[in-house]
Amino acid sequence: MNGRTDWTAHIVLGIGVALFVLPVWLVFSASTQDAAMIGRGELSFIPGAGLDIYWKVLSEGAPGVAPVWHLLLVSFGMAMSIAIGKITISVLSAYAIAFFRFPFRLLCFWMIFFTLMLPVEVRIIPTYAVMAGFGLINTFTGLTMPLIASATATLLFRQTFLAIPDELVEAARMDGAGPLRFLRDILLPVSAANIAALFVILFVYGWNQYLWPLLVATDSRLDTIVIGIVKMIGADTSVEWNRVMATAVLAMLPPVAVVVLMQHWFVKGLTEGDK
Amino acid sequence: MKRRTLLATTAAAATLPAAAFAQAKTKIVWWHAMGGALGEEVNRIAKEFNASQAEVEVDAVFKGTYPETLTGAIAAWRAGQAPHIVQMFEVGTGSMLAAGPAVKQVWQLSQETGIEFDPKAYLGGVRGYYSLPDGRLASLPFNSSTSVMWYNKDAFEKAGLDPEKPPATWNDVIAACRALKAKAATPVPMGSAWPIWIQFEQFAAMHDLVFATKANGFEGLDTELKVNAPAFVKQMQRLLDMSKEGLFKYAGRDNAADAIFPSGEAAIGFNSSAARAAVARDAKFRWGEALLPIDPEVNAKPLNSIIGGASLWTMTAPNRTPAEYKACAQFLKFIGRADNDAVWHQHTGYVPVTLAGYELSKKQGYYEKTPGADLPIMQLTRGEVTANSRGFRLGRMAELRNIFSEELEKALQGQQGAQASLDAVVTRGNRVLREFEKATKG
Amino acid sequence: MERRTIFGGWALPAAFVLPQLLLTIFFFIWPAGQAIYGSLTRQDAFGLKTQFIGLENFEDLLTDPLYVESMGRTVAFCVAVTLISMGVALLLAVFADREIKGRGIYRTLLIWPYAVAPAVAAILWILLLHPQIGMISHGLKALGIAWDYKINGTQAMIVVVLASAWKQVSYNFIFFLAGLQSIPRSVIEAARMDGARGWRRFRTILFPLLAPTTFFLLVVNLVYSAFDTFGTIQAMTQGGPGKSTETLVVKVYRDGVVNLDLGGSSAQSVVLMLGIVMLTVMQFRFLGKRDKT
Repeated sequence: MNGRTDWTAHIVLGIGVALFVLPVWLVFSASTQDAAMIGRGELSFIPGAGLDIYWKVLSEGAPGVAPVWHLLLVSFGMAMSIAIGKITISVLSAYAIAFFRFPFRLLCFWMIFFTLMLPVEVRIIPTYAVMAGFGLINTFTGLTMPLIASATATLLFRQTFLAIPDELVEAARMDGAGPLRFLRDILLPVSAANIAALFVILFVYGWNQYLWPLLVATDSRLDTIVIGIVKMIGADTSVEWNRVMATAVLAMLPPVAVVVLMQHWFVKGLTEGDK
Repeated sequence: MKRRTLLATTAAAATLPAAAFAQAKTKIVWWHAMGGALGEEVNRIAKEFNASQAEVEVDAVFKGTYPETLTGAIAAWRAGQAPHIVQMFEVGTGSMLAAGPAVKQVWQLSQETGIEFDPKAYLGGVRGYYSLPDGRLASLPFNSSTSVMWYNKDAFEKAGLDPEKPPATWNDVIAACRALKAKAATPVPMGSAWPIWIQFEQFAAMHDLVFATKANGFEGLDTELKVNAPAFVKQMQRLLDMSKEGLFKYAGRDNAADAIFPSGEAAIGFNSSAARAAVARDAKFRWGEALLPIDPEVNAKPLNSIIGGASLWTMTAPNRTPAEYKACAQFLKFIGRADNDAVWHQHTGYVPVTLAGYELSKKQGYYEKTPGADLPIMQLTRGEVTANSRGFRLGRMAELRNIFSEELEKALQGQQGAQASLDAVVTRGNRVLREFEKATKG
Repeated sequence: MERRTIFGGWALPAAFVLPQLLLTIFFFIWPAGQAIYGSLTRQDAFGLKTQFIGLENFEDLLTDPLYVESMGRTVAFCVAVTLISMGVALLLAVFADREIKGRGIYRTLLIWPYAVAPAVAAILWILLLHPQIGMISHGLKALGIAWDYKINGTQAMIVVVLASAWKQVSYNFIFFLAGLQSIPRSVIEAARMDGARGWRRFRTILFPLLAPTTFFLLVVNLVYSAFDTFGTIQAMTQGGPGKSTETLVVKVYRDGVVNLDLGGSSAQSVVLMLGIVMLTVMQFRFLGKRDKT
């Protein structure tokens, strides 16, 4: 604007950025410092001893908690399963609902829609009972499966599919494309951007789950990294803060990397998809 | 219900192949809540048992904290996958006793397998907690501790107090705290882990006060809390006053304040006697172990303190065979043996649960080598056990403790006085007790 | 909206819709049914005795002063989190929408916290506000404020509100920025010509144009603060001290999982379900209206 620098904007945004970055910087610098020093409250903004602690937590974890590499593995497996599982079943069901007429189509649609109103937190106790009935407590399947069904993703894909011009569908049919080829050659490429956006959102969603894993997996081999951290501070007796902080940094890295690297699709998908 | 059993059977069937392979040995699963060094002790016991005979193999599995183990065991039973033996903390006893067909009490197990368990072999204070009113054993006592007062001898000296004469009454404690504060011997004079268990439950038992009617629930589900009586109000007021004066620092529920004494933050720290190992390892000062203080104005002749810790319960599941129950009985018998009990006691700081284990430890000269280690036992066996000092048999007791903690926390924040806060404990607690009564009577 | 061109046959679509449907039935419909059934019964922890007791659980719940308190607390908590996170996000979005150097970098630096787990956000704030190790708490203590959120309920509430709001700012920021960018430049230019400046221009022109976004975010934020903050609260205060940070979701967890009061907690689940159905209906009625205009 007029070539002048807009100082007010820079100051306000700078403060905003600081509000987000400083706590994280503090966590990082705490992770490199001596546990006893942090415990005494002598925390410094300047990183201390070095990065050995990361190697340490990755390989051995903390008392009562699995090593962090294992926690990361479980979290990664869970986030990926949820993201891929959700996208797959949502694309398929949205395709069926948008392009076919079959008995009880509307009933199916409304049943799926209904799930919008039941976040995990609300149905937690009865879902647990159902899982226990199937013997899925303390299994990886039990950890991921109930989080895979999703109305939002189905609705989003249905919306995208409905927006595809009829001419395109007609042309494909003229070419003799069957329903499967149509899905593969036309629908998937057309919705690639949506899939990418949804992947970011679902990966983060899966990675950050807390209540359900806490309940369904009492076996420490199935602990996710989020659970691991809370367990570390839960053992109130002698919290090794530098370990906790190093683990926190490691817990943040993957989802933040996904969001930052896929920022473009993510922002687009989020603002256009959720409505 | 039908659907549930059907699912449960399928679930159980899925685990069958594993059992089939171990045909030669009967496999039993033991869930426990002992992490860290204690967990290793538990594994040692399982290993030694497995090596001691050829028919049974015990698999010890760590299931998290006590409450998590309780919830896990209940959920597993409902799914038909209960462990054979579960370690259950003392406050879960009321719930387990109401579990009917979900558990096999020790006397039943004894009847079915022919393996005898003599209740009289166990220390009175321990036995009382885990047996039926007529004396039959319900669960097998395992790790039992009681609470004691730890104190920092260096800090006592600094404050001009006699390090060999720990305060015996609450008035002495307050005087000592004031001296400690005046000389700033430690950042805070006094802290307490397990505030409800130690400052109220133990207080009631030792001073022969009615905590709840019907002998603290031993004699009926229609028990009612009585903790708003004057003696309890006095005790709470004392803590509130001490907190206000800066003599006492509340550092959270349950074991949240574990570190406050060994870290040197508080000169007087209340905790379980099983904290001995941690204190010995972490404290960078000379320390002593002392009896819990009493209030002679409430009762000059203190009784026994009560225990904390856990016992072992045998659980049921569909398709569980008599051979498996027999294996459970054999294992429990092994744990109760005097030599095993003595080793457990000496390694962990828990008290011996059998008289024979105690005698054996004496004979081995353990108490000469580690002076003070028998102080908890002396406190547990002091005086004649009354209806008020037998222990607690309240349903949903973990929840009752939380309610108590919440009201104490409100009072410490100055939101309410001692009387009001104990009245609230009684009202809210009785509501929980009535719910439990209704749900259990069905 | 319906498509004209469609494929025939029903076996293929049935196969495609089946996985989604099965998951929905097993993990949504059945549990919801179980919650409703459970809320009408009294069960002991082991499920040995189940009595049908009609609406007694609901009666108990609504006459329990603690539950009513918890409701009030949840509303206050949600409103506080929503206002703070939306307010800060709107402020940042308005400035990030200006044409300044480094806009892209600012944007990136402001959206990544979206990826931070609620429980991890709690860790960041513990490091700042923990009574013993917290950096800000040392400052507060130096000012003579007795800072200890483990004992002081009001302080505990402030702590969980801040941590929860912090995490949600970037989500709101993304939407507000998109909302602002979709406003035609000509409208803003016209406003400038009119001589409307700063605050007045924002209040009379931009804010009304942002109303749809604002309303959408309002609902999303209320749902977020009511449900997704469980991790934050559990990691920081577990609902304490006393009950000062026990929101409805924390209470469902405590009563159902820790205290094993299955009937009572099912009744609480049903109440929560009703709440979220109301919010969803509100949102869709509003969106429907907007689509027509």
